[in-house]
Amino acid sequence: MSAKPSMTSRREWIYGWLLLLPAMVLLFAFTHVPAITTLLNSFFSTPRGRRAAKFVGVENYDRMLSDPVFWKVFWNNVWYAVGTIPVSIALAIAMALWVNDRLAGRSFVRMAYFTPTVLPLIAVANIWLFFYTPGFGLFDQITGYLFGWPSSNYLGNTDTALVAVMVVTVWKEAGFFMIFYLAALQSIPLSLKEAAQIEGAGRWTVFWRITFPLLMPTTLFVSVNAVINSFRLVDHIFILTDGGPDNASKLLLFLIYEVAFRHWETAYAASLTVALLVILSLLAIGQFYFVDRKVHYK
Amino acid sequence: MADALLASAGKPIELDGVSRVWGDTIAVDAMSVGIEAGSFTALLGPSGCGKSTTLRMIAGLESVSQGRILIGGEDITERTPSKRDLSMVFQSYALFPHLSVAENIVFGLKVRRVARAEREERLKRVADLLGLSGMLERKPAQLSGGQQQRVALGRAIIAEKPICLMDEPLSNLDAKLRHEMRVEIRALQRQLGFTMVYVTHDQVEAITMADKVVLLNNGRLEQAASPRELYERPASPFAARFIGTPPMNLFPVNAFRKVCSAPDFQLGIRPEALRLERGGPVSASIRSVEYLGADILADCEVADTPFQVRLPTSERIIPGQSIELGFELDALHVFDADTGRRRDDLVTEFGARLRS
Repeated sequence: MSAKPSMTSRREWIYGWLLLLPAMVLLFAFTHVPAITTLLNSFFSTPRGRRAAKFVGVENYDRMLSDPVFWKVFWNNVWYAVGTIPVSIALAIAMALWVNDRLAGRSFVRMAYFTPTVLPLIAVANIWLFFYTPGFGLFDQITGYLFGWPSSNYLGNTDTALVAVMVVTVWKEAGFFMIFYLAALQSIPLSLKEAAQIEGAGRWTVFWRITFPLLMPTTLFVSVNAVINSFRLVDHIFILTDGGPDNASKLLLFLIYEVAFRHWETAYAASLTVALLVILSLLAIGQFYFVDRKVHYK
Repeated sequence: MADALLASAGKPIELDGVSRVWGDTIAVDAMSVGIEAGSFTALLGPSGCGKSTTLRMIAGLESVSQGRILIGGEDITERTPSKRDLSMVFQSYALFPHLSVAENIVFGLKVRRVARAEREERLKRVADLLGLSGMLERKPAQLSGGQQQRVALGRAIIAEKPICLMDEPLSNLDAKLRHEMRVEIRALQRQLGFTMVYVTHDQVEAITMADKVVLLNNGRLEQAASPRELYERPASPFAARFIGTPPMNLFPVNAFRKVCSAPDFQLGIRPEALRLERGGPVSASIRSVEYLGADILADCEVADTPFQVRLPTSERIIPGQSIELGFELDALHVFDADTGRRRDDLVTEFGARLRS
């Protein structure tokens, strides 16, 4: 008698694992195993020809910390994040407020704002490549016509290359974030705004005292995503600048790709990858820790 | 003493031919009504009658399609809500979920940059008055429905505005709490002296609280009168049936053979105005009987017209029985079936014919 319940519970146990299996295999094969292998590889030398990889301790990390290119790229990435995230979030909120109002043809405007998100980043980069083209690109034609400026090579100049790449990123990301803000705005009851109006609050006060605080959960979510994206999305750099000139627009992930698949220094690339993962986890944890206390959840 | 400082002299409100139109639908149709300073006025009517729209037009949250609104003699039709010098309590309370009770109550004072010391003082007074002192630091989500209601009240009265608007403020409370809040809101209004405009679909709420009831139907003004007058002399069959539970009985005049000469009138008698009377003018058959404890509610029928009678429990009444009923002459209401207006001039004539 006592064997029967244990039989059924074992069968349920097997069912459970069988149901988990497909997802688990994929997760392990493409996420967990590569991550751990990367961590291990970062402590070995790069295998070349017949010479197998040998354990080198933290030598790869030593090299990274003394590599001027790494530091240049690290600061590039910091400026890239600092420059793109607040601007795209502010733009996203502004656009969401605008298309949330009753205005003629607002679904068309919403669609127009969302279009950059739907387009592949590579295609987007090609369009912007034309905008930036010295001499007859869109920007040069406008500035030349309006102000008579000489032609300028925004992507080929060390001072402007990173900014030019950032502009593309903001343009691409703001529409995506707008969708989240639009959904959040529509969940705020209209009576809150009306109550504030009757209490004498103008549009500006309503936004800062009511709307913005109630959007904080969305802002937290969006900013975590934006930070991750700022380290993760590098497709457009391949088209626009290829990291140049003189590493001026090179980002961390792009550097990893270059080290791993152009120079074939896989061990060094592995240690760079670990560094990237550490940075990302620290940022995400920090964001949740600091911002979460100020967020009001319903 | 606290109340002397919170008290605010009310201002009168005047609606002058006010309409609100959306495309083809007329939500409010040329409404003219005066609301006295310091009075408690209830806007009453079934859902969709335009009472909330009227209130929102007074508040400035809805634009006026036609007509004027005057507050204290000034035309404020085009002014923004904040320039109308009034406060409002919403049906959903509209408390700011991310702010504490204290911050919610002083929100308006803060927006208007009232000095901190005065803010604190008034907050303390309002909190004492409404019994909120122990929960000032809590968030609205941590309060019960009745407490949230009080916070909304506090936010409305702290600024001592001459006018307070309320949009079905008690509809989210349970029956017991609703009764308590009814008494409390009425007492608060008397104490502080502001002009109250109160929207409700509940006739009991309107009758028990208001000095004056403005009854609306389909966007039109049906009758504006004191509760007593509304009950005793309803201006139309709609008003007659909307006020009073159970509603007034209405008969086409030809239900009684004695007065069948005039088919285009309606006769109304309240269930509580009828009494058993041997040889009385109305003979009816009982269809069913409801025992209510204090009295009996009997469903009767006369000439295919169903109606209700409220009778004392001392009478033994059973379904199927035939009874004869009488009433005082001044309990009879006569309405013109075409215009829907009250015809007091015909009461004596019809009463006499019924009795003959």
